[in-house]
Amino acid sequence: MRAGMILGAGLAGLALLAAALSLVWTPHDITQMAIAQRLQPPSAVHPFGTDQFGRDILSMAMLGARVSIAVALVAVGIGMGAGVPLGLIAAAHRGGWIDELVMRGNDLVFAFPSLVIAILITAVFGPSAINAIIAIGIFNIPVFARVTRGGALPIWTLDYVRAAEVAGKGRALISLQHILPNIANLLIVQGTIQFSLGILAEAGLSYVGLGAQPPTPSWGRMLAEAQTLVTLAPHVAIIPGLCIVLTVLGLNLLGDGLRDALDPRLKTLR
Amino acid sequence: MLGYLLRRMISLGLSLLVASALIFSVVELVPGDPASFMLGTGAQPETLAALRSQMGLDQPLPLRYARWLAAILQGDFGQSFTYKTPIAGMIAERMTVSLPLAVMALLLAAVIAFPVGLFAAARRGRIGDAAVMGGTQLGIALPNFWFAMLLVLLFSVRLRLLPAGGFPGWGQPVAALTALLLPAVALALPQAAILARVLRSALIETQGQDYIRTARAKGLSAAQTLRRHALRNAMVPVLTIMGMQFSFLLAGAIIIENVFYLPGLGRLIFQAISQRDLIVVQSAVLVLVAAVIAVTFLVDLAYAAVDPRLRRR
Repeated sequence: MRAGMILGAGLAGLALLAAALSLVWTPHDITQMAIAQRLQPPSAVHPFGTDQFGRDILSMAMLGARVSIAVALVAVGIGMGAGVPLGLIAAAHRGGWIDELVMRGNDLVFAFPSLVIAILITAVFGPSAINAIIAIGIFNIPVFARVTRGGALPIWTLDYVRAAEVAGKGRALISLQHILPNIANLLIVQGTIQFSLGILAEAGLSYVGLGAQPPTPSWGRMLAEAQTLVTLAPHVAIIPGLCIVLTVLGLNLLGDGLRDALDPRLKTLR
Repeated sequence: MLGYLLRRMISLGLSLLVASALIFSVVELVPGDPASFMLGTGAQPETLAALRSQMGLDQPLPLRYARWLAAILQGDFGQSFTYKTPIAGMIAERMTVSLPLAVMALLLAAVIAFPVGLFAAARRGRIGDAAVMGGTQLGIALPNFWFAMLLVLLFSVRLRLLPAGGFPGWGQPVAALTALLLPAVALALPQAAILARVLRSALIETQGQDYIRTARAKGLSAAQTLRRHALRNAMVPVLTIMGMQFSFLLAGAIIIENVFYLPGLGRLIFQAISQRDLIVVQSAVLVLVAAVIAVTFLVDLAYAAVDPRLRRR
């Protein structure tokens, strides 16, 4: 399993690196069109070939990584930012009305097909990367609330937490000082998983035109544009798809590896 | 069992109520109302006010919601702005494509996942298991619409075996099923990967149990124990996931239908979005969400049938 985790970290790291590098440098300028160079197969000058406007696909994919990763990352941030406090409050006041509200709200959001709601949100408020972030982020909130609550409940029964309670510490302070550090592992693992799901969701939304808008390249949009060209130049469709698959695969392997490394009990199941 | 059924039905009703209220309010947030949209920007204020009161838009929000819901319960979703036809009929027509597609994909996912999951669980820790698990990781990472494009490239463009898109209608059942085959495979494979993993770990989890040891002790082989005793007990988590997957498949169909130009609910939603026909979007989303909530309800009932212990909760 070690090997899987290293492979995963490598793949995810590569995507992050490509996205970071694109901030300062790309092999070619993608605002330059060169119609004479269009739909060229991979070559030394264009390692991934060119698209229908003669733009370098490697450069496009690097810029696309930026959008995909930024959207998924901010969506995880929204989910954690709202979900973790909700989960902590629910666990601190377990059985109380806040707990009930958080859990019922959770059930409801889980009953919704997230993609459909994301489509509704972007349809109503207009397609944009920001709305895609909000639509994906909203569905991360109950996920993190549930994981946080589930992880926090058993810790509340531990002796040292009881001792802190007896010593007069408030529930909020205990949640921050004792509960949160103990469930940090859990949150990191869940964060990795939601990150990869976010990349898939962003790709889907962009593909149907509800994510990043032209001229911003994103992997999903590159695939949408490639759809009519796929018979002429398969590489135009294959490259962005591979970017998505390898990044998501990397994050999933990393998440699985982290979970095993951080929770030795699970190893016995394998 | 009756008490359980009653509790589940109350919670089903509540979920549907809250879901419909949410969907109604989201569309209410849009700047401008249907009346101003229908009349365009050049409308006289008096005409606009008249149309608004005719459409009941000048009434308070809760009342409009109640009326909207009451009409929907009687099967009246209102009229599409662009097509001027009843939305209920449009949705019903599109459902005859989307629903069979999702069902076909779910069946395919199960048909693929069960043998794969059983195989991996039986060979736990060995090379076959590792290979299968690696394959499922890849399956989970596949965006289904991209996989769909690759399938078209291979089976339609290169091999010319299956149609690349379009739908001939149910008048030609064989051609219709053939048209749905590639979309169903594209939808099913990533879900099959998830299902196979869940099945494998659920099966492995049963291995430490006493009844498995008893079955082995009385002389059943490992494979027989797995099929006859472990599988039934592994069904609870597997059913949960399949219930959730049906909603993924219905929602996923929205995107896949666009790859294959299938006249399903998804195409309807996107056409409506591009025409700003929000009442159609709202209705179609409501139908999808209601379908998902209903499936979750049915899965809960299926559990109770599979596992009597759950009825008492």
